[in-house]
Formats: sequence, C-alpha cells, structure tokens
Amino acid sequence: MSRPTPLRGVHETLGATLTDFAGWLMPLRYGSESIEHNAVRQAAGLFDLSHMGEIFVTGAQAGEALDHALVGYISAVETGRARYTMIVDAEGHVLDDLIVYRLAPDEFMVVANASNYPRVAAELTDRASSFDATVDDRSEQYALIAVQGPRAQAILGELTDADLDGLKYYAGLPATVAGREALVARTGYTGEDGFELFVAAGDAEPLWAALTKAGEPYGLIPAGLSARDTLRLEAGMPLYGNELSAEHTPFDAGLGRVVRFDKPGDFVGRAALEPLKDVPPARRLVGLIATGRRVPRHGYPVVVAGDGSVVGEVTSGAPSQSLGRPIAMAYVDNGLSTGLAVDIRGSHEAVDVVELPFYRRKK
Amino acid sequence: MSSIPDDLQYTKEHEWVAGIDDGLTLTVGITEYAAEALGDVVFVQVPEIGTTVAAGDAVGEVESTKSVSDIFAPVGGEIVEVNQTVVEDPSLVNSDSYGDGWLFRIRLEGTADDLLSPEEYTALTSGES
Repeated sequence: MSRPTPLRGVHETLGATLTDFAGWLMPLRYGSESIEHNAVRQAAGLFDLSHMGEIFVTGAQAGEALDHALVGYISAVETGRARYTMIVDAEGHVLDDLIVYRLAPDEFMVVANASNYPRVAAELTDRASSFDATVDDRSEQYALIAVQGPRAQAILGELTDADLDGLKYYAGLPATVAGREALVARTGYTGEDGFELFVAAGDAEPLWAALTKAGEPYGLIPAGLSARDTLRLEAGMPLYGNELSAEHTPFDAGLGRVVRFDKPGDFVGRAALEPLKDVPPARRLVGLIATGRRVPRHGYPVVVAGDGSVVGEVTSGAPSQSLGRPIAMAYVDNGLSTGLAVDIRGSHEAVDVVELPFYRRKK
Repeated sequence: MSSIPDDLQYTKEHEWVAGIDDGLTLTVGITEYAAEALGDVVFVQVPEIGTTVAAGDAVGEVESTKSVSDIFAPVGGEIVEVNQTVVEDPSLVNSDSYGDGWLFRIRLEGTADDLLSPEEYTALTSGES
C-alpha cells in the first residue's frame, strides 16, 4: 500500500488522479497536466511535495560532519542559505541529490528524495558518527508545500510578513505563513521563481487552504507530479532514478561542479572522484529535441541515424509545452552531437542535440 | 465517471466501435475512460488507408504526456478512412472521445467477434478503477 501524505483528503476532494510514486500515494494531476504546466509558467501552481525527506543534522560539528558525508562544502554555507549537493558512495556513485539548508550555525536540514531518504538518513548517521553531530530523520513530522511560478511571491506575500524581497534564490528562513510556523525557502524544481514551505504535517491542510484562497485571484491552481516532471525536464534539472543513479558519478551528469575538492578534510567518494575530474566521461548528459511529434521516453536507445548503432539512452522525455516539440535528456557517447535519432518503438526519429536547459525563465 | 454510450460496442483494450448495425464500415476510437487514464493526448498515429488488418493487430498509437498506448484493430478488415483532424489536433481524443476524436474507419471482413456490450464494458472499467 502506498503511503498517503497529510494532504490526501484535499487531493481526493479536488478529484486528483492519484498514483504510486516511490511508495507514496501522490497526485499525478488534478485535471489537465498541460493546463497545470502552463499555470506554473504563466501564473502559479501549488504542489504537495510531502513525500520528500527532511533530515536534520545538528551539533557543534554538524557542518564538518556534512563536509565529510557529502560532496559539497557545506560548512561554508551561510546561515539562511541553501546548497544543491549530492551524497555518493565510496566509488563516487550518486546515492541521492540533495538540498541542504543551513537554518542556524549548528543546524542543517537535508532534503532528500522520497525513494532515498531512509538510506540517506542511515548513511548520514553512519558518516557523522565520529563527529559532534546528531542526525535526526524528521520526514514523518513534516509536510512540504511548494508555490511555484511568476506570481508566487505576490501570493505568498498575502499570507506572511516575512521579507520575501530579501529572500534570495536558494535561501530559506523561518517565518509565519497564514498564522502557521513554516520554513520558507526560495527553491523549487520547475525553472520558475517560487517557494517551498516546510511545515508541521498537521498544518498542511490549513496552509493549503489559505494558499488556495490567496492565490485564486492570481491564477494559482493545484499541480501534480506530471506537471512537475515536464517543468523540471524543460528546466534541464536531473531526476534521481532517471538522470542520476548509483550507476553515475556527478561528472557523468555534467554536475562535477558540485564536488568540492577544495574543502578541507576527506570526504566519502573523494578518492574515487578526484581522478575523474579532468577526464571527459564516456557518455555525457545532453538535451535532445525531436524533429517529429513522437516522444523519446526513458530507456529508449539513442542511435546514429542511418546505421542504427546504439550510442546512448534516453533518461527522461516528454512533450514540451514551452517548445511545442518533444524533448528529452539522454546519455550520449561523448563527441557525438549531430546525425542522431531515437529508436521510438522500432522507428528511428531524428533528434537535435542541444545544450541544457531547454527553457530558461525571463528574469 | 466517464461516459459509456449505450449505442456503441467496446474492446477490452478500450476502443469503441460504431456502426455494427448499419453496415460493413465501422468507426473506431478510444473510450473516454481510456482518454482520461492517458492524460493529455499529444500525438496520434493512425493506420494507412488501404491496409488490411486482422482483429487484434496493433494499427496505431496514442501518446500522452506521460505514456503511450497501442491502438488495436477491434475487427479484421481494410482501413478505408482515417481522421486527419485528430492527427492535426490530438487533444480531440480528450475533448470529444466519441465524436470528433474518432480515429479510423474499417470495412469489416468476416465477423465482429469478441466485442463488449456497453454493460460488459462498464463492468470492465468499474473493476479497474
């Protein structure tokens, strides 16, 4: 049985199509995923992301413990700011991609993916054991609601006195929203401006209701995982299980910049990753735009047009609302950028290789 | 609850078939139930006019944001007409599954076996939901 989030009743009332995702019963869409996608690009969308994991690391050496446990330079993150980072195994393979928020000098919140957070919590506990730091998986206590889109700030501004203008991208601070305590973060997974609100599970329903009411004049609508996936794909953001996995290093995914060899001390994966930093990976992650209308999907082979030899594999694909064409991310043999096709159920459909992201919001 | 018109027949693969009573040319589409399950349809591939198919052959596909499904021939026969309008505007499969969202017409050869009545299709879909 899939686990429901604290907002299950809301989703059912809204008539959501519910789906199992990483063991959670999640809203796939409420009506049309295309309308939800466009609402986030043009106005705002409201997401239930309560399946994500929140793991707290506290103590005098919390920063040093995370420097050792993760590839990022976490002790250098200022209080109130956040970092995108990863946890890798000793071979340098990605166990999860994470966002770490520094809530106080000695308090960090690690946000992990739904399918991975029990493992991440266990690894962090193990890796922090020789430091003065405590790892506490509080995922069960938290709900996560995201407001994403160009009107997100105006909507949230109706419900909080927090200085949203002063809240930078990848920053997060405690605030009161609609009378409830929340950690308000300017982060997201859609390529738009927006906020993620970490709240006590019991506050999720009233906060959702308040956001729905405040957002109505701004065109805010609830949006499901389907829209979230097409939004993040357009924004070129990796999804664990697709672009990232225990088969890949951060370098394979073009995310070597998150591995901070310049930080002090050893970290798990350093010895395996250091030799890779100046070596081009055999396959690199690229963007593909299909010239036809059929959609390259996860697992489809990338081939050389004409001879059909397999030179890669699609990791994610979807029709793009913003481009009007199917788009995909794929691992493709290094050096190949023209004359490629995707084998779509036996037929070779031409694709153009492009740099990521596909979509960048206007500032 | 999606609608299941009582003047059509159905397949287990969620196609509808019209025209069994009035002759040899049958119109085929996918049901509203299937269209809702797929989500927003973005691509439709219809069979070529003039091809002869057997019942159960994969003759096309319907692709949505999240998934792709084969369209199967509900009966054997020759494809005599395809709906170019739905190829140009696949969203018709969602907005008018039983009308402008029809997919192709087939001239029946042999008999139409194994089609489901509206009651049988209703039972099938209520079992799945």
